Amino acid sequence: MRHEIVEKNVGLLAVLIVVVISFGGLAEIVPLFFQKQTTEPVEGLEPLSALELSGRGIYRREGCVGCHSQMIRPFRAETERYGPYTVAGETVYDYNFLWGSKRTGPDLARVGGRYSDDWHRAHLYNPRDLVPESIMPAFPWLFENTLSGKRIAGEMRAMQMLGVPYTDEQISGASEAVRGEREITALVAYLQQLGTVLKDSR
Amino acid sequence: MNTLWNDSLSGFWSAWIIVITLGTIAFSAWILFANRKTDKAPDAEGNVETTGHPADEIEEYDNPLPRWWFHLFVGTILFSLVYLVLYPGLGNFAGLLGWSQEGQWEEEVARAEERFTPIFAQYQEVPIPELARDGEAMQVGERIYQNNCAVCHGANAQGGYGFPNLTDDDWLYGGEPENIVTTLERGRNGLMPSWQQLGEANIENLTQHVLALSDLEHDAESAEQGASLFASVCAACHTPDGTGNQALGAPNLTNDTWLYRAPGQSVADSIRQTLRNGRNGHMPVQQAYIGEERVHVVAAYVYSLRFQD
Repeated sequence: MRHEIVEKNVGLLAVLIVVVISFGGLAEIVPLFFQKQTTEPVEGLEPLSALELSGRGIYRREGCVGCHSQMIRPFRAETERYGPYTVAGETVYDYNFLWGSKRTGPDLARVGGRYSDDWHRAHLYNPRDLVPESIMPAFPWLFENTLSGKRIAGEMRAMQMLGVPYTDEQISGASEAVRGEREITALVAYLQQLGTVLKDSR
Repeated sequence: MNTLWNDSLSGFWSAWIIVITLGTIAFSAWILFANRKTDKAPDAEGNVETTGHPADEIEEYDNPLPRWWFHLFVGTILFSLVYLVLYPGLGNFAGLLGWSQEGQWEEEVARAEERFTPIFAQYQEVPIPELARDGEAMQVGERIYQNNCAVCHGANAQGGYGFPNLTDDDWLYGGEPENIVTTLERGRNGLMPSWQQLGEANIENLTQHVLALSDLEHDAESAEQGASLFASVCAACHTPDGTGNQALGAPNLTNDTWLYRAPGQSVADSIRQTLRNGRNGHMPVQQAYIGEERVHVVAAYVYSLRFQD
């Protein structure tokens, strides 16, 4: 065999490596872009409101995704604890997705409505007030900081360009809708809608 | 649910996946077999020509893979082919075993249902006060409690700031079996309005009056002044003597139990805060998550807490 040709031409070697690796992605990922199951929203899915979307930004900023997944897998142990397993159509409006891959804390894909708003506030202020053995960090500054509403309209417009069906009225009213709200209010609003579109399908 | 997963691929993408997958396997097999033999035959003395790469004067041979290594690779190729015949992997071909992840989930759930349904059906027949004395059922109940209720009401059911203690005999909505079941089935929404509009002086008088109801230290004169206001403003829900109304979830104000006293806060301050800002207690519906049968068992568990020390 003439493997000397490949071994002595680093450029060619690199190209061939990329070609070989790309086969996996071509077979496993690319077809998903053209499949209804992964591209169409489930019935009743609405884009997040301006307040909820701001809450999502805080969720991302505080790194919640590092310890909490939003992906219930189709195992009985998970569906018993968290509710119906997650389907792709529930997250088609998520940019970027926050499925996560690490569970130091519980999955949050269907946490919406499970606990009261007051519970979330008290828990985020200091988790150990409610769950003494918790190792979750406290987030007291969320109760101090308020939203400026400066970036939210731009964020929604960017998502509109990506295909999220925000109306122009929603975008023009977004900044007004969130300005001055405390961050905790936005985060709780975001948490309380998680997974609620399919919650009754159990 | 299931229909969401079962959208199959279009013919083109199915073929795309099959061609790439099998093509990759065939390509790997070709590389493997094409490198099976060296093209450098030994000379008359048995010496083999090397690649000519010296390292510390040791020259590299160009021998094929050792046999065991070669067979390992052949094994992985055979494994992949067998796998692709049995399991889904080639586009829309579902595999001979008919395995799917949602099918596996359904099987798992069906197996568990078969095992647990008779047990829960049996519990369902037993009235709650009796079930509460069944040790085995209460172990089941405790598990359900710990998974669903403990986050708010605490692992020992002793509640916390804003979350009712389930071990005492003070009940917002009643502690009889049917009350507990209703709470779990439908959830509860407590609403204490804000009385800010009464003004600080009146709020102070009401606070002193409420302290007096529980025989706590209070300003007698101020409490006296609060009495008539209490009768006109608070009595509608909390009843004229302040013992509360479980039909509305209006708490008893005479038993020195304070749901909304924050850690370290004085009773008087917590009453003032309640009067100024109001309170919204919210118990989420549980039946939607755990179902009627488990509601029955966990209600019995909550009922059983009164028998514990």
